[in-house]
Amino acid sequence: MDNIEQIKINTVVNGEKVEAFVEPRLSLVDFLRNELELTGSHVGCEHGVCGACSIQVDGSVVRGCLMLASQADGADVISIEGASDAGIVADLQKAFHERNALQCGFCTPGMLLTSSELLDQKKNPTRAEIREYLSGNYCRCTGYEAIIDAVETVAIDRAGSSHNGKS
Amino acid sequence: MANLKEMMQDHILDRPNSYIGKSVPRPNAKRLLAGRGTFTDDINLPRQSHVAFLRSPYAHAEIVKIDVTSAEASPGVIKIMTGQEMAKICTPWVGVLSHLEGIKSAPQHALAIGKACWQGEPVVAVVAKTRSQAEDAIDLIQVEWNELDVVVDMERALDSDIPVIHDELGDNLTWQRNVDCGDVDAAFKNADHVIEETYISNRHTGVCLETRVIVADYNPGEEQLTVYLSTQCPHMMQNLFAKHLGLEEHKVRIICKDVGGSFGVKVHSYPDEYATAALAYCLKRPVKFTADRLESFTSDIHARDHRINTKIAVSNEGEIQAFEIDDLTGIGPYSVYPRTSGIEVNQVVNLTGGQYKNRNYRAQARVVLQNKSPMCQYRAVGHPVLTLITEGMVDDAARRIGMDPLEIRRKNLIPDDSYPCTAPTGLPFEKLSHHACLEKLAKMLDYDALQKDKREARENGIYRGIGVATFIEVTNPGATFYGIGGAAISAQDGATLRLDAKGNLIVEISVTEQGQGAEAVVAQCAATAMGISLDKVRVITGDTDVTPYGGGTWASRAAAIGGEATVQAGKALKKNIIEVAGIMLQADPATLDIYNNNVVDKSNNTERISLEEVGRICYYRPDTLPKDYQSELVVTRHYVPKQFPFAFTNGVQGCYVEVDTNTGFVKFKKYVVVEDCGTVINPQLVDEQIRGGVIQGLGGALYEECLYNSEGQFLNGTMADYLVPMAVEMPDIEVGHVETPTLESELGAKGAGEAGTGGAPAVIMNAINDALSPLGGKVTRQPFTPERILMAIGKIT
Amino acid sequence: MKPAAFNYKKPSTLTGVLELLRESGEDSNILAGGQSLMPTLNMRLSAPSLLIDINGVDELFGISVTDNTVRIGSMTRHAELEKSSVISEHIPLINAAMPYIAHPAIRNRGTIGGSLALADPAAELPACLCALRGFVEMTSTSATRKVEAKDFFRALYETDLKANEIITAIEIPRYDQNYFSFIDELSRRHGDYAMCGLAFHAKIEEKIISDAQIVFFAVEAKPIIAVTAMRELEGAKISDVSLEVLQGAVGNDLDPFGDLHASATLKLHYAKELIKRAITSGITSG
Repeated sequence: MDNIEQIKINTVVNGEKVEAFVEPRLSLVDFLRNELELTGSHVGCEHGVCGACSIQVDGSVVRGCLMLASQADGADVISIEGASDAGIVADLQKAFHERNALQCGFCTPGMLLTSSELLDQKKNPTRAEIREYLSGNYCRCTGYEAIIDAVETVAIDRAGSSHNGKS
Repeated sequence: MANLKEMMQDHILDRPNSYIGKSVPRPNAKRLLAGRGTFTDDINLPRQSHVAFLRSPYAHAEIVKIDVTSAEASPGVIKIMTGQEMAKICTPWVGVLSHLEGIKSAPQHALAIGKACWQGEPVVAVVAKTRSQAEDAIDLIQVEWNELDVVVDMERALDSDIPVIHDELGDNLTWQRNVDCGDVDAAFKNADHVIEETYISNRHTGVCLETRVIVADYNPGEEQLTVYLSTQCPHMMQNLFAKHLGLEEHKVRIICKDVGGSFGVKVHSYPDEYATAALAYCLKRPVKFTADRLESFTSDIHARDHRINTKIAVSNEGEIQAFEIDDLTGIGPYSVYPRTSGIEVNQVVNLTGGQYKNRNYRAQARVVLQNKSPMCQYRAVGHPVLTLITEGMVDDAARRIGMDPLEIRRKNLIPDDSYPCTAPTGLPFEKLSHHACLEKLAKMLDYDALQKDKREARENGIYRGIGVATFIEVTNPGATFYGIGGAAISAQDGATLRLDAKGNLIVEISVTEQGQGAEAVVAQCAATAMGISLDKVRVITGDTDVTPYGGGTWASRAAAIGGEATVQAGKALKKNIIEVAGIMLQADPATLDIYNNNVVDKSNNTERISLEEVGRICYYRPDTLPKDYQSELVVTRHYVPKQFPFAFTNGVQGCYVEVDTNTGFVKFKKYVVVEDCGTVINPQLVDEQIRGGVIQGLGGALYEECLYNSEGQFLNGTMADYLVPMAVEMPDIEVGHVETPTLESELGAKGAGEAGTGGAPAVIMNAINDALSPLGGKVTRQPFTPERILMAIGKIT
Repeated sequence: MKPAAFNYKKPSTLTGVLELLRESGEDSNILAGGQSLMPTLNMRLSAPSLLIDINGVDELFGISVTDNTVRIGSMTRHAELEKSSVISEHIPLINAAMPYIAHPAIRNRGTIGGSLALADPAAELPACLCALRGFVEMTSTSATRKVEAKDFFRALYETDLKANEIITAIEIPRYDQNYFSFIDELSRRHGDYAMCGLAFHAKIEEKIISDAQIVFFAVEAKPIIAVTAMRELEGAKISDVSLEVLQGAVGNDLDPFGDLHASATLKLHYAKELIKRAITSGITSG
């Protein structure tokens, strides 16, 4: 199509100010990956189902493939790189590592950000609640149990209280 | 010959400070957790372009005319290529192997020539500056198609009124195999009970979360093709790209960084990947192809599309007297290259009923062509199908004679003390542990309590069922799997160990990391064999310019074969180090060992000299060593199993489910797996392979199915419509082990990557059918959907 | 799988949106939450020349309560509805519907207006709005009008919304404490589109049912109000309802279509199962 106007955006990504001109059709996850070279957010389906592109925008986890880069104008965006460097998900990362709650690692950034949002909202989730909250994030390797274990471990550690394990 | 005591002193499993059997977290997982892995799509090279493909919208259609005029004028377009031009750069291939006697297939091209044979076959390649621009141009290509009659239903593929897909083949029968062992006819004639059943294993696909990705670059100055590829087998792909692009093999380098799931999908060669490499060669610049999810559904291999008629003979006392199967499988329009699409059914024929004592076995298998996506090996190749039918038949037999499912298995499984022995088809079993696994499973399930619970629930109108499925699993294949048939697929793998000047150990190995933990396991083997700590070990995989030559990761072989190569290289390097340390220390090498990063006195582990110091002297001060002595701190060793064609593993899965007879929904109440993969190198990684494998198997059993209409159109090729397991519905799984090491290798490990997947469909089917049995219903067609369950019990018609 | 090129505008006022919409006509698409639109763009199933992003229009956001109604701005996101105490207090049916709508990340972005405008036959909110006898407020440069939900949904993905209009708000009558809300659905996996769903809303006072609204979704092209079944319930004592008769009435009311995951027969079977669950739940809730 002719006469496509590039969109100027000002956004904050992982705490850094970003000013860019973007094609209107560029998705936010492609912008992060290809323009900002933040390749930790992954593209798994581009139709909003798999959750591999999960990123945090203005405090909420969203699908990076279902938002346009132009919509990030004025927004505060945090990808796994930023969350990792800021230590926001450090305990989750440690628990995932110790429990081997990842295999290929492709879904892992999305799992971490979504788990982090869950634990911000709910201090003592049951295993069923963890499973439900993570149900929009596909993992093809682990079978989920290790991920649930890891999130549960962190929830218990953060709450500093005892919990009845699996049931 | 060394005496036993000496052998044991040097044995890998008898090392002090051993990492074998320890759940060590994977060192390479940390970068993935930080979002700092490098998946192939993360790689962008200078002057990189992107290719997208116009794919056939039809299952079978003649390509009458392709007009690319408008597309060529589209912004950003660099090159548009059709089949004829592509064929001048990239030669076609035929997916056959000589040891699958009589298998035939047609030449397949990187881009279709003349006609397209499945919906999704690549037809035109468009290279542009961006992927978006390539797709824009594709929208402008005009193709005139002439739709042809399709072959969709495999049951009809051989009928005379059905078109032959490739005229030169004469018919749509790619391969057939028959085996007849013992006296099957007599067994059925004399049997107390003969039970017949038909099972349908549904066509499904791998759905790796990372799609297939390739970035190819050709440097004309060096005449070097460098290919970054998300793959399981770098050296195989090196051979294939060189062969079909007419390059010298050493001028092709395959680099495989992090792989976002593979499961067998990435062990094959694909037309769009050849096309991408060919375009890079032709354009002399980097070309990237990242399959999008929609094209993954129609271009990744599919698997497991089988219809199997079965028949079992059983005596009143529960003795299984014969198995007979007739397997029909439709593999799409081509046998996939280079492994062929005959292996899956070959496994079914080879191994059905293989865990049982029965010697009367007959199998007929036919492999037919059809206009659907090509089908080939996917995780647990054939095993989900053969275990489904074997264990389905055995449960049928048990139900018929009123015998407990565990009891009939106890009676018929090959006794643990009767090895070595063979399957009826002749495949040798070194040593398996069916009974030990079964008893352990019964205990872990608390089988008797479950039976009681099930009975009580039924009194309250709640239908619960217990499923049990034993299995055998092919792992660690030697050269008889592919190499013998003419495929350039290495059965052997190698490890190079290098002690650096600081006393660290660098391991370069030909097996690859797919997330299963190969690098961690190799590090454990290296550290243990060498007597050094894990933090001193760095493992490098996935680069044909760097690692020894080898097969890569498939058929549950990386840990066991790569691990053994590492162990042997570690022992050899240790010997070299001790030798040079002996010179430095003026000590008899026989009195020295390595322990905790130091050369120590073997008798009491006291430190004599650190590895760092050994490294320093060897590299920086070799002048202090004798003039006629050269130290060797790099060692390479290879390993391939030779005594047995495969290291069979075995195990048993059990589960307890509740079926909602109003909705047909199945809820897991308990899931247990006991398996025997020989020496367990890293228990946590093995358990997670089992768990992930089970869930993938349950996906095929409960959800996943590639649906086609009668025109061969794929109906559910999106993530929203093709259902894979998600977190809410899947069970927690208890895993138990029995360890029967293979004596063929010092490590004794066998594979563990596929056992979960192989057994899962059978166990869930048996559990559902146990729950439904009081209602007279039974499901045998995967996936076992709520609708099929309700139909089975007559709730809907 | 990248969208065809389009232009993008993000007005900050409703007037600005409506002006753009009037100028561009059918060549443009409104971008609300984008959770259904973006996939269709990515797959090139649609290729508008202009996207009008309404995420910058403050007046479309938020929930307010008057004496008789609850008004929900069309850009109110599912996650906000899920967390809103106003919604859980005054419209528990909407609150109860939330966990069924896809997954948290989708609910963080998706909006009620977007869901109604798309009118997916398997979506929960259109059925809920019908059961609650809510109104859809639509605005163009020339007028604002309200249409009752049952008249808003016309056919498969087809609504009363005109090309020059956008949905600006949803108004739902406030019901007294004696109203009973029930939603349930059967889907293959949690968060999937339903194979069959039911939104049920009725007054149950002294165990007597009145003013029942029974709306099925994922059975036909649009939400189906089961009028025969509703008549069966009117004035009935809930514990005395004959499930068989009620299920028969549901059978009369529905003419399901089959899809990839459920045949017409299965959908009807499930509809009968769900109405049973609604009554059972109504009994136990007292």
